[in-house]
Amino acid sequence: MLKIKNLRASIGDKEILTGINLDVNAGEVHAIMGPNGSGKSTLASVLAGREEYKVTSGSITFLGDDLLDLSPEERAWKGLFLAFQYPVEIPGVSTTNFLKTAVNNVREHRGLEKLDAVSFLRLMREQMKLMEIDQSLVNRSLNEGFSGGEKKRNEIFQMALLDPKLAILDETDSGLDIDALKIVANGVNHLKSSDNAIIIVTHYQRLLEYIVPDFVHVLYNGQIVKSGTKELAFELEEKGYEWIREEVAGISI
Amino acid sequence: MRKEEQILNEFTSREYEYGWTIDIEADSAPMGLNEDIVRFISAKKNEPDWLLEWRLKAYRHWLTLEEPKWPNVTYPKINYQDIIYYSAPKQKVNPESLDEIDPELIETFNKLGINLEEQKRLTGVAVDVVIDSVSVATTFKDTLAELGIIFCSFNEAVNEHPELVKKYLGSVVPMTDNYFATLNSAVFSDGSFAYIPKGVHCPMELSTYFRINAANTGQFERTLLVVDEGAYVSYLEGCTAPARDENQLHAAVVEIYAAKNAEVKYSTVQNWYPGNKDGIGGVYNFVTKRGICAGDNSKISWTQVETGSAITWKYPSCILKGDNSIGEFYSVAVTNNYQQADTGTKMIHIGKNTKSRIVSKGISAGKSQNSYRGLVKISRRAENARNYSQCDSLLMGDQCGAHTFPYIEVNNKSAQVEHEATTSKIGEDQLFYCNQRGISTEDAVALIVNGYAKEVLKQLPMEFAVEAQKLLALTLEGSVG
Repeated sequence: MLKIKNLRASIGDKEILTGINLDVNAGEVHAIMGPNGSGKSTLASVLAGREEYKVTSGSITFLGDDLLDLSPEERAWKGLFLAFQYPVEIPGVSTTNFLKTAVNNVREHRGLEKLDAVSFLRLMREQMKLMEIDQSLVNRSLNEGFSGGEKKRNEIFQMALLDPKLAILDETDSGLDIDALKIVANGVNHLKSSDNAIIIVTHYQRLLEYIVPDFVHVLYNGQIVKSGTKELAFELEEKGYEWIREEVAGISI
Repeated sequence: MRKEEQILNEFTSREYEYGWTIDIEADSAPMGLNEDIVRFISAKKNEPDWLLEWRLKAYRHWLTLEEPKWPNVTYPKINYQDIIYYSAPKQKVNPESLDEIDPELIETFNKLGINLEEQKRLTGVAVDVVIDSVSVATTFKDTLAELGIIFCSFNEAVNEHPELVKKYLGSVVPMTDNYFATLNSAVFSDGSFAYIPKGVHCPMELSTYFRINAANTGQFERTLLVVDEGAYVSYLEGCTAPARDENQLHAAVVEIYAAKNAEVKYSTVQNWYPGNKDGIGGVYNFVTKRGICAGDNSKISWTQVETGSAITWKYPSCILKGDNSIGEFYSVAVTNNYQQADTGTKMIHIGKNTKSRIVSKGISAGKSQNSYRGLVKISRRAENARNYSQCDSLLMGDQCGAHTFPYIEVNNKSAQVEHEATTSKIGEDQLFYCNQRGISTEDAVALIVNGYAKEVLKQLPMEFAVEAQKLLALTLEGSVG
């Protein structure tokens, strides 16, 4: 589904990703872990097409297309979804209106019929139950005055409505209490299928107790320095990132 | 190129949609202004002597006035002798049926999206169409007449209902009011008149559609609404003009009189030609609009969506004379490219327990300048007056300006006056977020802007609100890349 080859990317003059290689297939859950500043969020942003980040070399193929040729909205239409670390607020635009616009734009480009108000509300209500989203929340302006937990739940709620092929969860666990974490994890697990794939970007292993990854990769200085299965996440939790640093240092010496 | 710059460049690429002209044979006055021109206009309209005298008085007073310098706008000096003050599409006077109207005119209406034939049969909106200096068609007149409602061109009102016109003309905006209102009083050519009798709730929206067509022509229309005790009316006005390289002057006057328990809702969607992306051409929109809540418990509500004109200078105001009367002003003013707007309102509290509410939403893009200017005045005997003002500015890009000039004068200690103001920017983060959800940038801008202006747009009658939303999106289309 997703094939990243030798990806290098920078912001301004600073190179952040220094050669990423990663293959993600349908049905897989990948976790990308790493210390602060290792390039995790940059990778998520590059995949979603944020303009500040310049790809200097390498390639990304997504469902057979060159991802780097596509605009952010084209990527979304094709099935790429990013759950933002810091979801933005849009005053005066109700969450419902925003979601309807998004869903119908995406459906239109996927060759599906647009949903009328009634069908959309029906779809929305189903997914609201799953994410334990309250009616009052969707009536409010998008993310405006939402608590940290509400914002993150709202991201996964949007993921449910947009039905992506590849979902990237950027630090979705940060700022969540344990109850909210469980709701988010339940939602993601429910959406997981053999047709889609999920990349979880996280600093901690906490979320991975609830969403079990098939692969865990450790990002360090803009490269994946170690890959393994879920056990690697436990090891990181136990030992911290220091031993990775030492190991990398050892290799380079 | 940075994304912001790209955004801005694309923003300025949008062309004005109503920039066409139609070749209608016109009957015009010679260029320039003097007493003979004033007489010429009055004669063209077969006006009674009292009105000619009124015009001449205004003209002589105008000669003693100077153009106001205080608005936050700049433009080259206007040569008032380079303007044609009267231009009328040549056609049969008072057409009996649509068949008698020049087919080119009908074509004009169709291009404007006003199908008079359809209008007659289908919609619940009565329309008066003013092209250049004259009213060319009014629909639904008969239906309204059954209720005693008068809705006709100003000229017709002068001849058919002189007692009403004489009584109310200049009663809210005196002929000596200000430079542009005084000029209008001297040379106004046509406009709309409506009278809603006691206790009548006008069953449909009344609307006037203004169009400047001829070149080098100024448009000086007057609208007079008189709403008698306990009556209600919702009035709409829309306007467009052809794209021309020279600037065109539009100096209109609107007067509203609301008697006891009367309610008036006045909505404007102003889309005069704004000039091209380099700031060449466009309409100078210098307009005086004022309503008086003369009777107790009356209410006047102004809603305006201002997207056009090279320069907008207007302050729809309410004089709250009756006790418990209410004044409202809801405004969205959008400026793009080199447009300049200095707009706001005046709320003059005179009666006891009077209330006013001001919601102003400015949107500036391109290299434009957008100012809110508003006065809230609580006079000495206005016990328990209340005002709430909210002035928000939204900036797109970093080459435009937003300004707020609030004036508050309180002469009675029991008054409560609140003023809130915010300034925000459409952020790249917001746009990227929308893009990531599959919403194109253009749709995202429309979504964000409409969200921002929602409080005002929801005041508009339904059909108009949809139009206004589209217009906002169009005005800002291509603004963000």
